[in-house]
Amino acid sequence: MLGFISSRIIQALAVMLAMSMLVFLGVFAIGNPIDVMLAPDATQDIRAQAIAFYGFDRPIWEQYLRFLGRLLQGDLGSSFVYNIPVMQLILSRLPATLELTLIAVISATLIGVPLGMYAGYRPDAPLSRFIMAFSVLGFSVPTFWIGLVLILTFAVTLGWLPAGGRGETATVFGLEWSFLTADGWKFLLLPALNLALFKLSMMIRLARSGTREIMLSDTVKFARAAGISEWGVLRHHVLRLILVPIVTVFGLEFGSTLAFAVVTETIFSWPGLGKLIIESIGSLDRPVMVAYLVLVALLFITINLLVDLAYAALDPRIRRGRNA
Amino acid sequence: MSAPLLEVRDLVTHFFTRAGVVKAVDGISFTLNPGEVMGLVGESGSGKSITGFSLLGLVDAPGRIVAGSVKLNGQELVGLPQAELRRIRGKTMSMVFQDPAMTLNPVLTVRRQMRLALAAHERMSDAAATARCVDVLSRVGIPDAARRLDSYPHEFSGGMRQRVALAIALLHRPAVIVADEPTTALDVSIQAQILAEMKDLVRDSGTALIWISHDLATVSSLAGKMAVMYAGRMVETGPTGTVLSAPRHHYTRGLLDSLPSQAEPGQDLRQIPGSTPSLLGLPPGCPFASRCPAGTATCAQVSPEITWEGGRGFRCHHPLVEALA
Repeated sequence: MLGFISSRIIQALAVMLAMSMLVFLGVFAIGNPIDVMLAPDATQDIRAQAIAFYGFDRPIWEQYLRFLGRLLQGDLGSSFVYNIPVMQLILSRLPATLELTLIAVISATLIGVPLGMYAGYRPDAPLSRFIMAFSVLGFSVPTFWIGLVLILTFAVTLGWLPAGGRGETATVFGLEWSFLTADGWKFLLLPALNLALFKLSMMIRLARSGTREIMLSDTVKFARAAGISEWGVLRHHVLRLILVPIVTVFGLEFGSTLAFAVVTETIFSWPGLGKLIIESIGSLDRPVMVAYLVLVALLFITINLLVDLAYAALDPRIRRGRNA
Repeated sequence: MSAPLLEVRDLVTHFFTRAGVVKAVDGISFTLNPGEVMGLVGESGSGKSITGFSLLGLVDAPGRIVAGSVKLNGQELVGLPQAELRRIRGKTMSMVFQDPAMTLNPVLTVRRQMRLALAAHERMSDAAATARCVDVLSRVGIPDAARRLDSYPHEFSGGMRQRVALAIALLHRPAVIVADEPTTALDVSIQAQILAEMKDLVRDSGTALIWISHDLATVSSLAGKMAVMYAGRMVETGPTGTVLSAPRHHYTRGLLDSLPSQAEPGQDLRQIPGSTPSLLGLPPGCPFASRCPAGTATCAQVSPEITWEGGRGFRCHHPLVEALA
């Protein structure tokens, strides 16, 4: 176990090093941030000063090594635009995205898995056909369009919910959370629904195909032959057997949504990480982009590690060293 | 004479597929008394497993029992709602399958799986449940059962795994066990052990056993009577000894002749020519007619009815003459 974790950590460091290099080079290729940062009428003198201040006159490898050196000391640099440490900037945006993502992914799983299991258990029932048609829709209709329709329907036409922004928040551990206030929930609902639809469709399809396959297996036949009720078979046998792929997708979806809820956050002007990265790309805020993408790599590595550990907890055959 | 424990009469199970109706089981009849062992023999696809599933009401869609009767202790099972069938399954009649690696749930401990099977019919305390599980596991020959209770199926060997499956089937002391090729997936030496234990179990508990197999050797060592199935029909039935020593149906004869023990070393094994007919759209006559050495025009046209002679029956227009000793 210890060997497994330490080898994963070394892997993770290598991935992050490669990632930081790629991102640094990529961002360097986009354009010169000085052009965006300075007013067009700035004098040549100020320009040269700024270039020297940020170290843009050095060769790229030197800039990269300096960045890396600071990174090792935990310093991700400061935003060109906001002039505050990047870490502080990201942390201030993280809660908004984290709560939005968690609500979307968890509700998609809690609703999608039972629906998918029903559709797999009764593939020919009218309700199953409806569920599957819905999931095809959720898969194929673009997120931005659904977001706009949601705003049009619930905010513009019905006027039930706000069209964007974050609303009232409560402070816990020095971070701002919306899910603790009733007003916050009003603002959360539409973007969370928008984000959840695609994931819901995916969970439905995953649970359905797993259930269909397992319902035909001898395990289910044997359980039925022992007199276990259909509900018991589904709950105790089938659910446990389809859990491994569901946990995988849950992890991946959680990671990618956390990192790239860009479209939804933009549509609903949700002040989260997705909006931050879009803004920083627009203003060529290099430290934010690099730090953000390196952190995303770290996030995915951590999630993958957790998913692997969850496998071992869910499927005893993956655990080693206890074979009879 | 009192009513038999299990009475199956003219059981017919069809599968309604898109390609047509598959007559998987076509008129099976037999009776079973407590403690009796019946062998159900046939090739793959002869309908022997579907017969087993039909008894427990476990035929999956698009299959359905279309006719006949299954009476357990006088109670008619055909047409019973699933909820009532569920109360019988595992309690009065249970089933063991071919491959324990496929039947046991790989992600649940043995304790959990046995507990689920127990809870299906009885509410009991954890301590009582554990005691029952350990007792049944020891009875089927699992050493150190109390410790093995928290193991997962993959931590057992093939033979031990089948014993666990058997223990689950035995939890409620059922009156009938349907065993669908339970030793086929096991090593020969393990097969012999399990067979010996099955014999003891049947003798000690008075459980009746339906032993489904394609292996004539296991059937002859275990079963007091047997039925031979071909293309969904019961072509011959009777006491195991007489059926095997003096078969009346040409298919049974063919099965016996193709056993390796019937051939001289170095000689090719005898085979039944041709292959099993598709159960989709069987010809009107005897399904074995085209492969039968005694097949005639009548056989191809008219399906033979079952002929009863003493304790045995066979479906053939031109039965083999009983060899006179």
